[in-house]
Amino acid sequence: MSELKQIFKRGLLLIASTLFSIPAFAVREYNLPEPASTITREIYDLHMLTATVATIIMIIVTGIIVYALIKFRKSTGYQADQNFNHTWFGRWSWALVPAIVLGIDFSVAGSAVKTLGNIESHDPAAVTVKVTGSQWKWTYDYMEDGVKIVSNLNKDIPSTDDLYLRDVDNRLVLPINQRIRFLHTATDVLHAWWVPAIAYKKDSIPGYINETWTMIDKEGVYRGQCAENCGTGHAYMPIVVEAMSEANYAEWMNEQKLAMVAAVAESSADKTWPLAELMERGEKLYNTNCAGCHMPTGTGLPGVFPALKGSAVALGDLAKHNEVVLKGVAGTAMAAWASQLNDLELAAIITYERNAWGNDTGDAVQPADIKAAR
Amino acid sequence: MSEATIHDDHHDHHDHKPTGIGRWLFSTNHKDIGTMYLIFALVMLFLGGASAMVLRMELFMPGIQIVDPDTYNNLLTNHALIMVFGMVMPAGAGMANWMIPMMIGAPDMALPRLNNLSFWLLPMAGTMLILSMVVSYFPGTGTPVNTGWTLYPPLSVQSGMGMDFLIFTIHILGISSILAAINIVTTIVNMRAPGMTWFKLPLFVWSWLFTGLLLIMIMPVLAGGVTMLLFDRHFGTSFFDAAGGGDPVLFQHLFWFFGHPEVYVLLLPSIGVLGLIIPTFSRKPLFAYKPLVWFMAALTALGMVVWAHHQYTIGMSLNATTYFMIGTILISIPVGMMLMSFIFTMWRGAMTFETPMLFGIAIILMFSFAGVTGVMLAVVPADLQYHDSYFVVAHFHYALIPGSVFGLYAAVFYWLPKWTGHMYNETHGKIFFWWTTLSFNLTFFPQHFSGLAGMPRRIVDYSPQFADFNYLSSVGGMLFGLSHLLFLYIIIKTVKGGEKAPANPWEGSMIGTTGLEWTLSSPPPFHSFSTPPSVK
Ligand code: HEC
Ligand SMILES: [Cu+2]
Repeated sequence: MSELKQIFKRGLLLIASTLFSIPAFAVREYNLPEPASTITREIYDLHMLTATVATIIMIIVTGIIVYALIKFRKSTGYQADQNFNHTWFGRWSWALVPAIVLGIDFSVAGSAVKTLGNIESHDPAAVTVKVTGSQWKWTYDYMEDGVKIVSNLNKDIPSTDDLYLRDVDNRLVLPINQRIRFLHTATDVLHAWWVPAIAYKKDSIPGYINETWTMIDKEGVYRGQCAENCGTGHAYMPIVVEAMSEANYAEWMNEQKLAMVAAVAESSADKTWPLAELMERGEKLYNTNCAGCHMPTGTGLPGVFPALKGSAVALGDLAKHNEVVLKGVAGTAMAAWASQLNDLELAAIITYERNAWGNDTGDAVQPADIKAAR
Repeated sequence: MSEATIHDDHHDHHDHKPTGIGRWLFSTNHKDIGTMYLIFALVMLFLGGASAMVLRMELFMPGIQIVDPDTYNNLLTNHALIMVFGMVMPAGAGMANWMIPMMIGAPDMALPRLNNLSFWLLPMAGTMLILSMVVSYFPGTGTPVNTGWTLYPPLSVQSGMGMDFLIFTIHILGISSILAAINIVTTIVNMRAPGMTWFKLPLFVWSWLFTGLLLIMIMPVLAGGVTMLLFDRHFGTSFFDAAGGGDPVLFQHLFWFFGHPEVYVLLLPSIGVLGLIIPTFSRKPLFAYKPLVWFMAALTALGMVVWAHHQYTIGMSLNATTYFMIGTILISIPVGMMLMSFIFTMWRGAMTFETPMLFGIAIILMFSFAGVTGVMLAVVPADLQYHDSYFVVAHFHYALIPGSVFGLYAAVFYWLPKWTGHMYNETHGKIFFWWTTLSFNLTFFPQHFSGLAGMPRRIVDYSPQFADFNYLSSVGGMLFGLSHLLFLYIIIKTVKGGEKAPANPWEGSMIGTTGLEWTLSSPPPFHSFSTPPSVK
């Protein structure tokens, strides 16, 4: 019940602060963003067509009603025409509006069906990206190149900055002027990947693979966010796409591949990692991967996400701790991390959890331990 | 008129009005039960409105202001469920209870004891609903219900104990609605006075016939869907779990098979009310009454087979998507015909602008607007952009607030004199009209734009690029919420006293909507018609 008191108190504060700070109006975006791909441009045109038709209909309807309101008022002495319903018009005009509406409907549906056909065309694509939604981050797999990018909210941006909740640590990088195919799926609950300027949305559904496509025609950075309610962190799943020339893209892809090889080598190197180094790496990895639920302070969210600070698992048997992190806990938001992070990364995170916030087990978990536990 | 007075005298010595709490607990009287439905709806209106105001306060500016994300979505879920199941449906049922027997010349509802049960299930369901919101703040009960009213799995499988309370709430509500619907349909079919043929029925009665039929068809599907959810949560089934061979999208189909017709359940009674108010204050009978009834039937039928337009993004086949798109666009035909019928009723009428009529006109305009944004949304490629954005939030609030809630307000003003025997204060009524209508538009009009600009729904926090529209929305939302205090004041004041209302308080209804309800005194005798009235 302290919850209620809290709400009330903050509500009062909010009202007080409003009175002193009416924000300055500078409306920037009020329509779909300027399209930067062929398919979203086609959708944009369709949207403008239907919006125009809608506006015209509203103007006509409003016009008729306003005219009636001025003309047919009792206060001006107007007598109701009791014959109106029995005239030829009164008997047959009920068919009139449906006929007009049907005409409008067919013209709208006609262009819609054409665009829909283009959306559902499955032409071969140059780049295929599997987009996986998880609570609460996006994972991008470049299917041809075997490169994987995990994209989390950039938490360092203050709520006054335009990029607040619209920036990530790792962007999805794509080439322009090439057909790109997205395969959408999810690991836990529903999500929806939506970047209005370049990509319409289809839901990410566990157990399903949905397909969308785009062909970006302008270099630039495009932003969006998760559109399907996915729970606590739904507001915190932004998407950033960077579109670059084909040459730059190829170069970028090469760097990623090299970095990947280096990471694998490092993780499987026959080396005993000292506690301090594991802690340093672990802190960073924990903050991007786990802190969304378990909180940077390890205190979790009472009743929803367990605290790791002082938790029996984090202080107890290492095998149990490894198992929870590697395999997850079925039926809860705790995902299986075995396929998402490599041995070294997992070793670092688990070491961190066992030694941070006053959890002082002194354990320095090694990549080899993780490998054995997999 | 003189006939009505005779009725009165005739009735008075038959009125053995039960007294005390027993009158209400064991009531089988359609007017008393109607009153209880209406009071229940009014209480829920304030609960649902208060939760919406907390949401709007939270969205006042970027950053977390007063509630955490789960509490936000918990309130959001309950706001919707309270408004849909706790407010609009009971209010509609209350009006059906009050007015249908009087309109068709019946002594009472066909099944008075069932009527009692269907009402008294509601306070239980309401309590369960509130528990579902509160329970998660006790330790060990898991995540609050943070799914939104659609309750989509797998998220709803993750939720804590609140979800179980919610599932049982829906069961009870479902039973209540089905019983009420059976009762209303039976009453309309069986209890009409001699001479009250089908095409003499007031539009309100027709609209409730269709609403009742819809309810009987759709509520069991929702109940089945949430029961499967309950089994997935606790008994190891995997109806909706892909990992166990189930299908998360199946739930969406079940939900929207209920959910889309449910929109008409909310809407039709108010359309029926408009079919009385517009002719009354235009002093001219309803234009194209018979075609209107047929188009309403068509709307009911069409409404049953277009549900998947809420799910264009799930990846259906091209054929299925195209079918649902065309079906949905075609809905504009019956809806357009209805609005046309109201506009042509006003045409060459002699209009006056009492509060119910002001609402009536505003509804026609704003509901038309919801209609045209509805056609925009029906267009699949464009919906792949609009879906789950604030554009949708704006659209359905334009459909449901003018389309059904304002219709109920109009009905309250139209019938308050009949119900209470007192006229309400017209100046207060007009102030309430302008206050709600303007603040409603200030709240929801800007949301079309924040949605187009890319703001998804059901988020607790947003980027400053959406701040300006949200600021307007929040200011509007506060004003809109507060306007209802005036509404409450007007109702209480009218119940308590005021200028005495005649049997027929509206001059125009003698020409526009002559009906049996006006032959009874205001307020009507405890038992409406104990001998069938004659219908010319
Ligand atoms: C989406 C939210 C979420 C994220 C992200 C998350 N966890 Fe969890 N975690 C949970 C939940 C929920 C539980 C409780 C599961 C249960 O009911 O047993 C949990 C439980 C645990 C436990 C057992 C705690 C105990 O005392 O029972 C450990 C250890 C753990 N998580 C480690 C991690 C690590 C390491 C990461 C990052 C790699 C992580 N979690 C990321 C939600 C999350
Ligand atoms: Cu998401």
